[in-house]
Amino acid sequence: MKIYENTGNKDTRSGFGVGLAELGKSNPNVVALCADLTGSLKMDEFKANHPERFFQIGIAEANMIGIAAGMTIGGKIPFTGTFANFSTGRVYDQIRQSIAYSGKNVKICASHAGITLGEDGATHQILEDLGLMKMLPGMTVINTCDFNQTKAATLAIAAYDGPVYLRFGRPKVANFTPENQTFEIGKAVHLQEGKDVSIIATGHLVWEALEAAKVLNEAGISAEVINIHTIKPLDEEAIIASAKKTGAVVTAEEHNFLGGLGESVARTLAQHYPTPQEFVATQDTFGESGTPAQLMEKYGLNAASIVEKVKKVIQRKA
Amino acid sequence: MSTTQQLEDFVSQVRRDILRQVHQVNSGHPGGSLGCAEFFSVLFKEVLQTKAQFNMDGKDEDVFFLSNGHISPVYYSVLARTGYFPVEELNTFRKIDSRLQGHPTTHEGLPGIRIASGSLGQGMSVAIGAALTKKLNKDSHLVYTLHGDGEMQEGQNWEAIMYAGAKGVDNLIATVDYNKQQIDGSTDDVLPLGNLKDKFVAFGWDVLEVEEGNNVEAIKNALTEAKTITGNQKPIVILLHTVMGNGVDFMMHTHAWHGKAPNDEQLASGLAQNPETLGDY
Repeated sequence: MKIYENTGNKDTRSGFGVGLAELGKSNPNVVALCADLTGSLKMDEFKANHPERFFQIGIAEANMIGIAAGMTIGGKIPFTGTFANFSTGRVYDQIRQSIAYSGKNVKICASHAGITLGEDGATHQILEDLGLMKMLPGMTVINTCDFNQTKAATLAIAAYDGPVYLRFGRPKVANFTPENQTFEIGKAVHLQEGKDVSIIATGHLVWEALEAAKVLNEAGISAEVINIHTIKPLDEEAIIASAKKTGAVVTAEEHNFLGGLGESVARTLAQHYPTPQEFVATQDTFGESGTPAQLMEKYGLNAASIVEKVKKVIQRKA
Repeated sequence: MSTTQQLEDFVSQVRRDILRQVHQVNSGHPGGSLGCAEFFSVLFKEVLQTKAQFNMDGKDEDVFFLSNGHISPVYYSVLARTGYFPVEELNTFRKIDSRLQGHPTTHEGLPGIRIASGSLGQGMSVAIGAALTKKLNKDSHLVYTLHGDGEMQEGQNWEAIMYAGAKGVDNLIATVDYNKQQIDGSTDDVLPLGNLKDKFVAFGWDVLEVEEGNNVEAIKNALTEAKTITGNQKPIVILLHTVMGNGVDFMMHTHAWHGKAPNDEQLASGLAQNPETLGDY
């Protein structure tokens, strides 16, 4: 099996910051807007290099979304930055009417997504954002897994014309995907070939899926690992092909099992190739305060949980 | 430039278009539409500097956003009558497969519309965004908006008003349709707006007040004056005192016709009060 090397823990939000800084130099139409979280979103470098293209909106997310929509009129490519909770649930109607329905080329960039936001607790830990965003017609929804992939995604969405939700996180996690990768929106990444089960993962759970595959390999179970970074549009072909090969699927995500990647995969399989599936996700619950590692363990969002679900789904194979 | 008589004739036709649109589908919002017929007519015929061909980007031309999207009948009539799309298309208002949706949208590609509106309170932010882009593009043209007064109850407006004042967005001319009515009654009954002028001033705006908001000359003067004070580090708002339902006697001075269509008899009465001047669609 392929061995992935962690080149050193880094936060995905820093991948966004580096990508945005690069865009600042390469694309004069890129503008950045922030609602009083410049440091948290790692937008400092862009702000320092291009103060005329950086807009501090203040703690007013609804206004930020509307301003971003308006800025596209005249050719700018706005990147908004705040926490995932304030990027989605707080401003759902603004995104719906002024961006999605109006077809505006805005990139909604959301950090501190999911439970790994940690100690701030459930008020800030959104586990529903993928569902909210994927339900909007025309919205592209991306959840990256490490620093390098987040940087590549940031560059890729600037080149794509249309509304995008880009979700990333706060903690430092394994950085293992290639440094200067090409990011293809809507294209699954095969990380591990396998024959007994398909582990389909997004975001911080991708590294956990690779760790799980190692454990499973030692137990004689050959796991295929697929990284779905684009929840919508979903690479259905890759999912169906893998399910046909292995006959069992485990999805893994830092999100509620309602509305997330798991449901999108289940819907795809139900329509095209019904396959037993287990879900590594939160179970319709809010989070709580704690360290990211404690929370991932308590809410069953780690390699051990994936291993357990794989064993369960393999027993369900006909 | 049009004469006052020409503008008033234009307004008369716009009123007919409004009444006929909402009557035909027995739905839509005639009250606010009629109250702003003069404003739209003056703005589009006399004030906005636009290119012959509609372009979404609106570069090197003035742009306009309607925030209170429910008064789409007046918007559609004036867009059609100033050449954005064929006047006959007003026949499709609110019908299936139409570009003239109940509330304005870009989704069906109707020329003249740059943002969807209808869910209230969002237009000011969008306009600020367009104004900021104009500054980045070194485009000296202006951004105009229209808002309902009841719409000022939406909190997002105040985020936007605070931002525009604090950051000196001075290429923006907003207008508030100050008719003091909303769906459930008068604004004073529903949620008093207080002193709107003082509120805007407190947020750092220049405020112009037009007592005769249904007088085409008064509107023209106010918009002209507003233009002369742009570029002074302050956004500008015009508080336009209008009469809801203006020009149709039984619809005036009441909230009752906010979102109600006239029946056949009422339509006949409304049309009789407003002569056909440019030809019905």
